[in-house]
Amino acid sequence: MPPVLQIIDLKDSQATRSYLTKQTLRSWLLTTDHKRVGLLYLYTIIVFFAVAASAAAVMRLNLLTPRGDLVQAETYNKLFTMHGVLMVWFFLIPSIPSVLGNFLLPLMLGARDLAFPKLNLLSWYIFVFGGGIALYALLIGGVDTGWTFYTPYSSTYSNSHVALMAAGVFVAGFSSILTGLNFIVTTHKLRAPGLTWFRLRLFVWSLYATSVILVLATPVLAMTLTLMALERIWKVGVFDPALGGDPLLFQHLFWFYSHPAVYIMILPGMGVVSELIAAFSRKRVFGYTFVAFSSLAIALLGFLVWGHHMFVSSQSVFAGVIFSFLSFLVAIPSAIKVFNWTATLYRGSISLDTPMLYAIGFIGLFTIGGMTGLFLATLAVDVHVHDTYFVIAHFHYIMVGGMVMAFMGGLHFWWPKISGRMYPELLGKMTAIVTFLGFNLTFFPQFILGYLGMPRRYHAYPEQFQVYNVLSTAGASILGLGYVLPLCYLIWSCCYGKPAGNNPWGAKGFEWETTSPPPSENFEKPPVQTEEAYAYPVPSSEPITE
Amino acid sequence: MNARAILYEQFSDLEQQRESSLAGIWAFIASEIMFFGGLFLAFTVYRLNYTQAFNEASQHLNLVLATLNTAVLLTSALTMALAAASNKMGWKYSTLLLLMVTTLLGALFLAIKGIEYIEDWHKGLFPGSAFAWTGSDPGHVQLFFVLYFLMTGFHALHLMIGMGLILVMLLLTWKGWINSRHFMPLDVTSIYWHFVDLVWIFLFPLLYLLGAKI
Ligand SMILES: [Cu+2]
Repeated sequence: MPPVLQIIDLKDSQATRSYLTKQTLRSWLLTTDHKRVGLLYLYTIIVFFAVAASAAAVMRLNLLTPRGDLVQAETYNKLFTMHGVLMVWFFLIPSIPSVLGNFLLPLMLGARDLAFPKLNLLSWYIFVFGGGIALYALLIGGVDTGWTFYTPYSSTYSNSHVALMAAGVFVAGFSSILTGLNFIVTTHKLRAPGLTWFRLRLFVWSLYATSVILVLATPVLAMTLTLMALERIWKVGVFDPALGGDPLLFQHLFWFYSHPAVYIMILPGMGVVSELIAAFSRKRVFGYTFVAFSSLAIALLGFLVWGHHMFVSSQSVFAGVIFSFLSFLVAIPSAIKVFNWTATLYRGSISLDTPMLYAIGFIGLFTIGGMTGLFLATLAVDVHVHDTYFVIAHFHYIMVGGMVMAFMGGLHFWWPKISGRMYPELLGKMTAIVTFLGFNLTFFPQFILGYLGMPRRYHAYPEQFQVYNVLSTAGASILGLGYVLPLCYLIWSCCYGKPAGNNPWGAKGFEWETTSPPPSENFEKPPVQTEEAYAYPVPSSEPITE
Repeated sequence: MNARAILYEQFSDLEQQRESSLAGIWAFIASEIMFFGGLFLAFTVYRLNYTQAFNEASQHLNLVLATLNTAVLLTSALTMALAAASNKMGWKYSTLLLLMVTTLLGALFLAIKGIEYIEDWHKGLFPGSAFAWTGSDPGHVQLFFVLYFLMTGFHALHLMIGMGLILVMLLLTWKGWINSRHFMPLDVTSIYWHFVDLVWIFLFPLLYLLGAKI
């Protein structure tokens, strides 16, 4: 699997001695180079994405007809569980941090590698091992609890491979923790001379905030799933009310992890978008300090809002009001980011290359996703739309419209650095637009469906909902095209793309100062930071006159 | 033989390398605290809800053995700290001796804990099909013992990992790879060992003392 990038022409002057030069299976599987580990993650998560996306495709096809003619109810339950588990833990969480973060963090800090390179490789092996367990659980029959594993269904009644799947997620969690730990230490200790905290790139700030969540929230999930699995295997009550336990405790513990996890799945995307907006507006990000601190604020607030998933789970009204209020607070740092990105565009010299199209798409879709989040944080409204397609649409606007768009944008932006080659620009632009349109067609109808009352997680539905479901399925097929195309042309570009040069975008940052692809040790000589981040020449405020 | 330190290529000097190891272990311990935190939360919630049952259950544990174990573990913390200090002084053989004593104390703790578990089992306190409780509210009493076995079990697991690490440190010190200049791995192990001790310092009053009739 690894040598997809093998085909780089070694006669190219720039690629004579890069991190990709040595191409043996052994050199990939035993690598401690953060850039190679990043690529190992990339290959792995593409596999998980493909499997999880296929599950979504079957679900969408099934929902074309109200009676759900394609699959039975149990199969449908297994499909949405598979889609959720794989997308959350085996694609979204590792997507930007483990792929782009691994590749870029040491480059952006001007370091030779992460602080613990062997631990980094170990994280990947742990991830693959956990993923293997999860795939095995799917192959021998799957799981039907949904990705949330709510008790007592998961611990007592479900007849599927819940414990095995929990084990897979548990193991993969350790990979997250170790990656987060590595990033935190690297950011603290391995910054280049002159690279003070407030000269850091905003992507680094967002990775740092993400890592804090990874390190502090993931172990809680590990313990929660352990308790759930033990209750199932050992048949003793921790959460089962029949045995003296409290099922609400599971929900508290689960969402104490899983709400922050939502921010693991968006903060890195926000970091990427900050980079893209700066590079393609040729301007320093407006309100740099605010954007940097808003990442930390989101990480911090994320730990205090889990109760908004439990408004209808017999939580007290008082707790509901508090959690509702705290959830509203999250809108502040999020809005700070959106406003500052928009302000950065003002009077920037904007170029609409593919990554920038993705970034602009991100801002729009994230805004819709965030605003509808406020609907859901409102107690009374949530009672109406709870567990409907409105919720599905809301978090897909954040996860897919936000994170996946940012991931694609970032992948295109740094692809020249990763591979040393340019992707076909026109095709890239078209794909970005197709993705945007396909996404909206898929998920916007789901807002309406949810508001009209269609519940999530059913394989059949009343006939009056069919129009919106057909629209959504049509959109999904367009969206699918938007993901298949880059896979084809990015691989194509490894062989036939034109050589990128060190800095094809004329962007600021350490990673653009070294060769494309970079040498194993990242820099010929250790870089020194002498100016602010994004020190693009300030555009003159006077109108240019002849 | 001169004491030699290894500098890994991602670092520019030894100081940076040491600080990174230190930052790494503290981040890891923060993560571990959250891991145990889930259990402590569950225990706190249920203790508040079912105080009566939890107190009664607690009285069936062996307080004498647990107190003895607390002493054993605290002594091992002392020998571990002394081992780390003695290594920095360059006293190889006293370091080796102290590490050995620490491992043995760890083993002693596990042995005593094992005796306690066997006793619990015979008293019918182990949850599941073997659980035999004749008093009132068996459901919530069993809940106490589920948490008791989980918390002490996870602690014992961490202790075993710590003992494994110390054995590796013993070997490395003996070979001279860990010495007065290259001391970070031993220091990191020491911090981890103290963390494991500290977990017990919270478990002991929570499980044994809160409900005890003394
Ligand atoms: Cu939430």
